[in-house]
Amino acid sequence: MAEYKNYILVCGGTGCRASRSSELVEELNKQLKIYQLENDAKVLTTGCFGFCEKGPNVKIIPDNTFYTRVKPEDAEEIVKEHILKGRKVQRLLYLDPDTNKHISDDKHMEFYKKQVRIALRNCGFIDPENIKESIERDGYAALGKVLTELTPEQTIDIILKSGLRGRGGAGFPTGKKWAIASKSVAKPKYVICNADEGDPGAFMDRSILEGDPHSVLEAMAICGYCIGAEHGLIYVRAEYPLAIHRLQVAIKQAREYGLLGNDIMGSGFNFDVELRYGAGAFVCGEETALIHSMEGKRGEPTLKPPFPAVHGYLGQPSNVNNVETFANVPIIILKGADWFSSIGTATSKGTKVFALAGKINNVGLIEVPMGTTLREVIFDIGGGMKNGKKFKAVQTGGPSGGCLTEKHLDVPIDYDNLKAAGSIMGSGGMIVMDEDNCMVAVAKFYLEFIVGESCGKCSPCRIGNMRMLEILTKICDGKGTMDDLYELRDLAHVIKDTALCGLGQTSPNPVLSTLDNFWDEYVAHVRDHKCPAGVCKNLMEYHIDPAICVGCGACQRNCPADAISGEKRAPHTIDQSKCIKCGTCREKCKFGAISIQ
Amino acid sequence: MNKIKSLDDLRKMKQNMAGDLSIREKSTNPEKMIQIRVAMATCGIAAGARGVMNAFVEKIEKDKIPAIVTQTGCMGFCYAEPTVEVRIPGKDPVVFGHVDAAKVEEIVDKYIVKGELIDGILPVSFQTIEEHENK
Ligand SMILES: Cc1cc2nc3c(=O)[nH]c(=O)nc-3n(C[C@H](O)[C@H](O)[C@H](O)COP(=O)(O)O)c2cc1C
Ligand code: SF4
Ligand code: SF4
Repeated sequence: MAEYKNYILVCGGTGCRASRSSELVEELNKQLKIYQLENDAKVLTTGCFGFCEKGPNVKIIPDNTFYTRVKPEDAEEIVKEHILKGRKVQRLLYLDPDTNKHISDDKHMEFYKKQVRIALRNCGFIDPENIKESIERDGYAALGKVLTELTPEQTIDIILKSGLRGRGGAGFPTGKKWAIASKSVAKPKYVICNADEGDPGAFMDRSILEGDPHSVLEAMAICGYCIGAEHGLIYVRAEYPLAIHRLQVAIKQAREYGLLGNDIMGSGFNFDVELRYGAGAFVCGEETALIHSMEGKRGEPTLKPPFPAVHGYLGQPSNVNNVETFANVPIIILKGADWFSSIGTATSKGTKVFALAGKINNVGLIEVPMGTTLREVIFDIGGGMKNGKKFKAVQTGGPSGGCLTEKHLDVPIDYDNLKAAGSIMGSGGMIVMDEDNCMVAVAKFYLEFIVGESCGKCSPCRIGNMRMLEILTKICDGKGTMDDLYELRDLAHVIKDTALCGLGQTSPNPVLSTLDNFWDEYVAHVRDHKCPAGVCKNLMEYHIDPAICVGCGACQRNCPADAISGEKRAPHTIDQSKCIKCGTCREKCKFGAISIQ
Repeated sequence: MNKIKSLDDLRKMKQNMAGDLSIREKSTNPEKMIQIRVAMATCGIAAGARGVMNAFVEKIEKDKIPAIVTQTGCMGFCYAEPTVEVRIPGKDPVVFGHVDAAKVEEIVDKYIVKGELIDGILPVSFQTIEEHENK
């Protein structure tokens, strides 16, 4: 029987591999052989532990000892001391920076886990299409508690004291929002869940709905009880068919179990939830536009006030919260405000879910306590930069956010810190960029998105963003002037100050933050007509070095624009007026004769 | 199925599910069985999770393994989809990444049948609420 007494798990994540973890595996195997322990212990390569800065990491099972910075030279000592004699190798244990002591106690071996799953507590654990699995993990227990033991005021008080702030972007205190909606006297009232999730690259809300729809339904019912609403509506984009399917199944099951519907758990409280489908316009994530869209009107925002809490869906008081905001609610009720507010920073409590994407090794869905630094997210949890490239910037907050740089890496993530650094928390998209990303092109990408998504109702956003995009296009084409850069900044401020809704008011952020942090890169485009990252096509020229070219004709045959000419066995040349900068010739040349200038 | 008419009903239901399962039959008795959970969120499905799920179903049927295959949501490891969690009663759950047809065979033959850990485990890189509380 091949049950081993010990397993030596060696991190095979890209970060650790770069620091010789595969050599370590070899050496461990060699040492096991030497000490004749091959049948007692087995060496395994695993995925990333999320503690890459201290890698290569090694974990011994079953005692869960965690070694950091293990080198191939340490293999013998691990085998001889730990596996053979059962003694931990003290010097390889993690040195706790706070106490300056090695952590050797099994119970405290969790320190390397930087993520804490609160909003995602059930995601990936339960079958989302089986309500029993949700109930087994305390699904609807918070609703039961609220309906049976607490008044709406007491419940709102818990949410208020917990410090929970909206996860949809703006970070408004959720308890305060509920309190305001509860004071509106008109009936009926509505609880609305914003599942529009329009930021490019974001998928936090989709994952929650697909993995744990009952938490959201339960929280909506709790909110309904607090503000005095019997109707819940989820506005979800039609592009999320699986999330919609899981929600439909969840709503059906909750009704069957009497957890939605009339007289829930014998309390006399009625609540039911319906779905509304959005067509996937970014502006429809803005709450007033969302409400209009649900009413069957054009998805255009209106000026606030009046806020939805007073004048919302069908003119009735409505409370709009984001999916992730809701997902936090039941567990706060069960564990208490103090528990929740003990996690996080002074102004931002709890955790935040991020969709980690871009030039990073471990793309994925992560959840970290507020106050975790960008460095920890990118270099530990994210496993560092792909292909060993240099970190350049991280974009948070999507089209409403900004690009942060090296100097912001140690900023503890929370609403206020990210804002002070020139970006925003946003809903949780986080895109990591490396030296090959051109920041002018990045700003242009977001503006293209905005120009496509602007509803056109107000002119600063409709015309202003278009003007900014024109200028950025000019710069990327090498036709920009220094005056353009100043005009860009002026325009950005005017749009920020005068646009009607949040879309326009925040749309200049990617431009402003890149102007602030990457001014030199803009200047290089304008003054030197160079794109330092080699992205902007119109600032590049492909050239054939006549000293290297052998005249084989491979480039000529493959050029889709017929831009290359030359006699056989004589150096070829590229006609720059025809060249479309596709780069095919450079790939095809076996002699490396073609370069970018 | 009975409606839940009070908080007590809900609590009883929860308890029942964690309680004595031996009397219940296979499908309603998941806790005693080996569970194979395939992450079936949009990202997992795009990476081939459905095929993996089918491969597990066929394999355990063929080899007569007392296991059930179910779906779950996103585990967060988008870089390693398709991901699968295997829960053997009495042991810590283990997550495997980059699962394909060959890996399905290996997981069942080695880990489930022989209890032997294999390459490609994704270490749990997060704390649960309870772990975080007890720190
Ligand atoms: C252009 C724009 C897009 C928005 N998109 C979303 C979205 O996709 N999801 C979301 O929850 N909130 C979005 N919001 C924020 C909502 O207007 C609203 O503040 C939020 O849903 C409130 O919920 P919360 O307090 O729980 O965050 C967007 C706002 C703007 C201005
Ligand atoms: S700022 Fe843009 S999206 Fe908002 S109302 Fe004006 S035009 Fe429409
Ligand atoms: S492929 Fe290279 S060597 Fe051949 S003709 Fe083109 S540039 Fe010259």
